[in-house]
Amino acid sequence: MRARARTGVYMKDVNLDHVSQQYYDVLKEIGNIGAGNAMTALSQMLQCKVDMKVPQVRLLEFSEVGELMGGEEQIMAAVLLAVEGDITGYMMFMVEEMSARHLIGKITGGMLPEGTEFEEMGLSAMQEVGNIITGAYLNSLSSMTNMKVFPSPPAVTVDMAGAILSVPAIQFGIYGDKILLIQSQFYDEVQLDGYFILIPDLESYEKILTALGVPMA
Amino acid sequence: MSEILKVGIADLKTCTSPNGVMTLGLGSCVGIAIRDPMNKIGGLVHIMLPDSKAITGGQHNIAKFADTGIEELVRQMERLGARRVRMVAKIAGGANMFNFQGGGTNAVGKVGERNVEAVKAKLRQLNIPIQAADTGLNYGRTVIFYPETGAYHIRAVGKPEKVI
Repeated sequence: MRARARTGVYMKDVNLDHVSQQYYDVLKEIGNIGAGNAMTALSQMLQCKVDMKVPQVRLLEFSEVGELMGGEEQIMAAVLLAVEGDITGYMMFMVEEMSARHLIGKITGGMLPEGTEFEEMGLSAMQEVGNIITGAYLNSLSSMTNMKVFPSPPAVTVDMAGAILSVPAIQFGIYGDKILLIQSQFYDEVQLDGYFILIPDLESYEKILTALGVPMA
Repeated sequence: MSEILKVGIADLKTCTSPNGVMTLGLGSCVGIAIRDPMNKIGGLVHIMLPDSKAITGGQHNIAKFADTGIEELVRQMERLGARRVRMVAKIAGGANMFNFQGGGTNAVGKVGERNVEAVKAKLRQLNIPIQAADTGLNYGRTVIFYPETGAYHIRAVGKPEKVI
């Protein structure tokens, strides 16, 4: 009777405030491997060497995320994709506007000058970058948890950080006031700051934790 | 010298003329500006989700939800001397930030629309008329509200400023 009650409330009790240090370490490790894979893919795509720092995994208040990125009105490029399979939810990758212009310039062979619109070609190049980076990340999550993960085609937007962040904030907002953010810095000629936000559905949290053998608290 | 108070995500603030209230980068969230035109008391609430009752567990941030957030803003304005019967509202936000198809009640493509519907329903229930709205579409909005005139300024990336 007692055991049944426990499992009954278990998922509703998922609260990011109580997530263990071990879980962060695991996420950091996934982030590290994923970002490593992503950098390899990116340097092949850009045909140049790309270096990266160890990613930071942080649990932040919604408002702090905007500040970290340079304010809610900082213009960012973002790629969002849905995740299906054993784990369901969304995954987002964001870079600051100038970094996005730099990346797009590398791919399309011409820098997008500041103030010009991201034309269709720029957006589809960004979509491709996001696809590679998030794909590499999800692959490492999939192989570490031994679960099947199928990403959808990505959707891309360029807008204010606050507006973009409202999307994961709303998904996280269903069960808390914080966002789990993985910040990775990488360099080719310039420093680029990229942010990963993994947004698993509530049920998927438990699945990921169980698969990794991590206790909730 | 007037002051503009900043309202964060899942947050609310009241103000009186000549001051204003603003919130930066509304995406799928909705910014509800309410005003009593008689004594120029106003306020803004930046809600994230439609319904507090759909959430289980200990949720304490009432400004996060359309139902409890609007109620609380009205209550705080009344405490300053505003009267419910005179209140009027303007709303902005509720965008669909990513062109994304897919099912489920919490699907990313539907949250903005659901927020706007919940806001309209709550205002209707409180008998507060909506004077103007700038909602939906696919871009973020920064909003500034002045209870003095009731002007609701809306800024978006690559678009001229709009006043509703």
